Amino acid sequence: MNTTIIYGKVDQILNRYGNKKSALIAVLQEVQKEYHYLPQEVLSYIGDKMGISRARIFGVATFYENFSLEPKGKYVIKICDGTACHVKKSIPILNALRKELGLNENKRTTDDMMFTVETVSCLGACGLAPVITINDKVYPKMTPEAAIRLVKEIREANRLED
Amino acid sequence: MAGTMIIDGQRVGFDKEKNILDVIRKAGIDLPTFCYHSELSIYGACRMCMVEDERGRTMAACSTPPRDGMIVKTNTPKLQKYRRMVLELILSNHDRDCTVCEKNGRCKLQELAARFSIKNIRFGPLCKQLPVDESSASIVRNPNKCIMCGDCVRMCEEVQGIGVLGFAYRGSKIKVTTAFERPIAEVECVNCGQCAAVCPTGALVVKNETSKVWDVLNDKNKRVVAQIAPAVRVALGEEFGLKPGEIVTGKIVAALRKLGFDEIYDTGMAADLTVMEESREFMGKLEKEENLPLFTSCCPAWVKHVEDKYPQLLKNLSTCKSPQQIFGALIKEHYKKIDEAQGKETVVVSVMPCTAKKYEAARPEYRNNGIPDVDVVITTQELALMIKQAGIVFNELEPESLDMPFGLASGAGLIFGVTGGVAEAVIRRCLKEKNPGALKEISFSGVRGMEGIKEAAINIDGREIKVAVVHGLGNASKLISSILAGEKRYDFVEVMACPGGCIGGAGQPIPQSSLVKMQRAKGLYDVDRSSQIKRSEENPIIMALYSGLLSEKRYLLHRYLHHQK
Ligand code: SF4
Ligand code: SF4
Ligand code: FES
Repeated sequence: MNTTIIYGKVDQILNRYGNKKSALIAVLQEVQKEYHYLPQEVLSYIGDKMGISRARIFGVATFYENFSLEPKGKYVIKICDGTACHVKKSIPILNALRKELGLNENKRTTDDMMFTVETVSCLGACGLAPVITINDKVYPKMTPEAAIRLVKEIREANRLED
Repeated sequence: MAGTMIIDGQRVGFDKEKNILDVIRKAGIDLPTFCYHSELSIYGACRMCMVEDERGRTMAACSTPPRDGMIVKTNTPKLQKYRRMVLELILSNHDRDCTVCEKNGRCKLQELAARFSIKNIRFGPLCKQLPVDESSASIVRNPNKCIMCGDCVRMCEEVQGIGVLGFAYRGSKIKVTTAFERPIAEVECVNCGQCAAVCPTGALVVKNETSKVWDVLNDKNKRVVAQIAPAVRVALGEEFGLKPGEIVTGKIVAALRKLGFDEIYDTGMAADLTVMEESREFMGKLEKEENLPLFTSCCPAWVKHVEDKYPQLLKNLSTCKSPQQIFGALIKEHYKKIDEAQGKETVVVSVMPCTAKKYEAARPEYRNNGIPDVDVVITTQELALMIKQAGIVFNELEPESLDMPFGLASGAGLIFGVTGGVAEAVIRRCLKEKNPGALKEISFSGVRGMEGIKEAAINIDGREIKVAVVHGLGNASKLISSILAGEKRYDFVEVMACPGGCIGGAGQPIPQSSLVKMQRAKGLYDVDRSSQIKRSEENPIIMALYSGLLSEKRYLLHRYLHHQK
């Protein structure tokens, strides 16, 4: 969408796997790391290069929760909703964040492309429940208030940067 | 591996069968299936084909190889219950408006629901209604009727080598769709319709345009002209219980007259013109050694495939219009002044074995001041439907003959409907020797038959011409890879997108076995054998056209040249 695509990077990834069809998922993971989502143009490009139909790549990309076909915000906030976090009240954190950022179940990314809020099923840190991660940094024993504070801090830091 | 199995207490030998389903069917038992097609890979998803062994274990017959001494039962109470449950579950999520469904009466799901007496569906639907995709000129996709058998997915990927459709999402959200869920007209779909031909339900159907034909037939200000493609005459009879391959040209003409068509002609006549033009183009290219091989261009699905996938080969594609489009352009030109004088409008209706012809007729380059050369395209199946709607008893019709002058085709023009036919017709034209022996030699050169990729070498003027004939776009892609890799070199390549050629088009009655296509092919070769005119250049109509209407208008026969007029 707004991402400019540099196919040289995609080529590098493809070369690393020698265009092998069996490496499709690994390739998609690397592409997602690069762009934070899987742009349609890149998926089509990969399909043509690897000799896999676009419909099939789309199938793989939609099968796994972890792949996103939508662009994500600069900060991806994941709220763990595994059993432990759930009983330790992860949902109020989720609701508070959505309310603060004007998001809901279907709209997961803010219009300014700053924040994406999503849930995951267990981050494997149950001892620290409830847990959230922001761009893979772990924040243990969260509360709704603490989460909102984190968001505000990020906003402030970004404002100063500009 | 050969051996013997016991099926429902009956001893049945097997030999080359790869799965027990084939053995069971050979034994005369019609085991129900949704996801099994002998020409596609095994998918094993629908579970309708379950059988039980002597220890009460169940297995899917389509995905179990036969073993010597194997004992299976196909109709135990357990299996009956199982099949009903599968059907009930499928139906629970199925849009069940059968009476207004395009597939009504020809639907596998409907047939099996009736056969297993499904009376009550205890489960509610899980999915919400999804939009119907009517973007394509050829096919309509209604995801609410999809049962996820994957037949279309495998057809498009394995036989056509394209992969327009695939499974996406998972669990209860799973669906069969295009890449990024785009409308099918906006992806690499070539409109061959083969997916619709294997779809057991109304999820993929050929676009029905019979109402447009009824409209023009009932309009007194319209001169309605029909053209009948070669392959239609050897298949339409199947819709009325006649043998595949039976030649019913005369009955079709009689039926079309009863329906109210004003003039009825042969697309084979236009195919003769294609042969003339393509031969001239080929000899020219051969002389200059440029842009070889020459690829045929009469299959619109193939043309679209080249545009989508092999733009570098566009210069190798013949510039000749397909017979359908030549016919349309010719008739419109022929009647232009007469229509003006009489205050009439000529409408061309094609009867085609093909769904891609609908798409071809709608292409912008085949319009003249907004008026299409071919107005409506109906398939063999749609014509059968119209005949039934009109209450015409087809089998009792007395054969009638096609109208003149455009109803006369040579044998060469008529074998266009079968794989190898276009190549054979063009070789007949190019070859200097015109004796019956030469004809026979061409027919045995390797262009005929049902193998996916055929090769022939013909000596023309002391030069050996290498010809390849492919059908099924998957085979075409294989051939092209070997050409592009420099492994193979040809001078002339005929491509037809549908397996078997036009006789296997998706607009034809759905064949019940692979034998059907062979019988239809034989029908067309019989037509050729019994026709007095074997070569396109010997067709008197063609000669008359070249010295008359076409003398200054050869551009009508080509795709790009008409821009230069
Ligand atoms: S019409 Fe042909 S190309 Fe299009 S989806 Fe169906 S099988 Fe594939
Ligand atoms: S569209 Fe038809 S052929 Fe394709 S999966 Fe659905 S039911 Fe099967
Ligand atoms: S036909 Fe065997 S599982 Fe569908």
